[in-house]
Amino acid sequence: MSKPSSGGGLISELQWLKPGTRWGMRGLQVLLLVALVVIGLGPILWLAKSAITPTIDTISHPMALFPHGAAWSNLSQAWNDVHVGRYFWNTVVIAFGSWAVQIVVATTGGFALSVLRPRYAPLIKGLLLATLFVPAIVLLVPLYIEVVHLPIVHKSLIDSYWALWLPYGASAFNVIIVTRFFDNLPREIFEAAEIDGAGPFQLFWRIVLPMSKPILGVVSVFAVLVSWKDFLWPSLVLPNPNVQPLSVRLPSIELQTSVGVFLAAMFIACLVPIAGFLIFQRSFLGGTGLGGAIKG
Amino acid sequence: MTTVDQPREPALSSERGLSRSYARPRRTPLTWVRGGGLAAFLFLVPLLFVFGAFSWYPIVRTAIMAFQHTNLVEAPTWVGFQNFAAVWHDPLFRVAVKNTAYFALLALLFGYPIPLMAAVLMSEVRKRRGVYSVLAFLPVVIPPVVGVLLWKTFYDASSLGVFNTILHWVGLGPYPWLQSQQWAMPSLVLYSTWANAGATIIIYLAALIGVNPELYEAASVDGAGVLRKVWHITLPQIRGVLLVTLILQIIGTAQVFLEPYLFTSGGPNNATLTVLLLIYNYAFANSLGGNYGLATALSLMLAGFLVVFSLVYLRATRSWSTR
Repeated sequence: MSKPSSGGGLISELQWLKPGTRWGMRGLQVLLLVALVVIGLGPILWLAKSAITPTIDTISHPMALFPHGAAWSNLSQAWNDVHVGRYFWNTVVIAFGSWAVQIVVATTGGFALSVLRPRYAPLIKGLLLATLFVPAIVLLVPLYIEVVHLPIVHKSLIDSYWALWLPYGASAFNVIIVTRFFDNLPREIFEAAEIDGAGPFQLFWRIVLPMSKPILGVVSVFAVLVSWKDFLWPSLVLPNPNVQPLSVRLPSIELQTSVGVFLAAMFIACLVPIAGFLIFQRSFLGGTGLGGAIKG
Repeated sequence: MTTVDQPREPALSSERGLSRSYARPRRTPLTWVRGGGLAAFLFLVPLLFVFGAFSWYPIVRTAIMAFQHTNLVEAPTWVGFQNFAAVWHDPLFRVAVKNTAYFALLALLFGYPIPLMAAVLMSEVRKRRGVYSVLAFLPVVIPPVVGVLLWKTFYDASSLGVFNTILHWVGLGPYPWLQSQQWAMPSLVLYSTWANAGATIIIYLAALIGVNPELYEAASVDGAGVLRKVWHITLPQIRGVLLVTLILQIIGTAQVFLEPYLFTSGGPNNATLTVLLLIYNYAFANSLGGNYGLATALSLMLAGFLVVFSLVYLRATRSWSTR
């Protein structure tokens, strides 16, 4: 019996052979595909089109396709005249730094909690799990006050990227998934390495990290994406426009420039996340990091 | 350094437990270092520093500040429950709670059944299911600021707005969208559903693929049609995931901020003022200095409500989800 690549099993092969069921289902699936193209891709295609359409055409005929030709100059104007280039670079620096801090915290912490296991490890794990149940909003005001005036060292982190990098590093979710991954690594390899005289630092650097590429990939993708998407926190701690990331600048850019240039700036802002998503599809669609993404 | 693994050996760990109570002199700083204790601590330093300073300390600080009057200039003074009382008697508090509940309710109406139906259909796609997943997930990766500002242009209330143009083709509109007190909130929810449904679809899809095909086969043998199988097998089999996404969605929508902040700033006439926006306004919107006491009191009230709600919810659905 030649099977087509089977579906979820809801519809049995026998039912699939019935023309009514098969065509009904196929019809629904084609409808769904059309709906997904229109709803999922449509707004992004409109943005791409409008990014290179003269402002006057976008305003007077928003759904027309290049009635008076394209305006590629929108992109260069956005990049140079409204300084999207600089804000883009700021975003890259913020994303890179928060990636580095998150990787360091999650891997060293995960290694200690999973492999070295000091006797107070359960306490730390418990505190980490507890933070998962605290809504993020609880942190907002005290964290802001802390950043304005750091206790002990009496410095302000306002307009410093450390005000973003360090709080992003405190992601309990990262530490927990990395610890879980380390828990599943084969213990025999650690023991063999210890017998060969490897200390904890060599064990970490030479054995555990090279074996953890899959989970580090997942953590990296979400670390970059989260810092790329964030708005409220960077808008609070980076009041100086020159150091702000693109997402924080966009509402002000909207007021400063023409619709065409503004839409070009918006288009530039989504390019990196979309490209990252298409390249690392598996990390996104594998379901590991989706826990925190549910809303609406 | 070579005895790193010790605590996992049952015999050794019980010996350690004994040494704590009876043979205390044996645990000196030197044995701690030799036993790998120092190495373990060094590896935990980044975690302890970052979480201590930027997670655990601020959480405790919220609980303290909610009972204080603070303006960052003078020394904070204890005011008991005054902040909570002030929030409770603020007429905007009721408005914000009502609006947030309305947002959450609408988000459930739009955002709960649609991803489920889409995922059930997608799970039966036999060729190129990946294309469906990518298309569904695409809005989730768009930065929310871009998404909101893009939809704000779509929602343009003039007859030349994008949505009004499209609706004009079928003879409808123009609609005021965000400018109408009545339609502003549904417009926000519509965007929010677009931006987030993809993530829920992917979660459902993973759960649906995990359903044991033998159950479907058995039902087919008994002559069950497709819709009966969805009702009697698919939904009961994934009810655990359905319950979790429901509570996570409610917790997420209770904290909605970006949509009302960027779309409408809470307007028109406070029709989209949510609890988080009110917290933000208490703390940051006043140029004369924030009222941090009110802001932290309201955040604590929201957090407390969400924790209690989650516990009650888990309790109420426990028997149902594991039966």
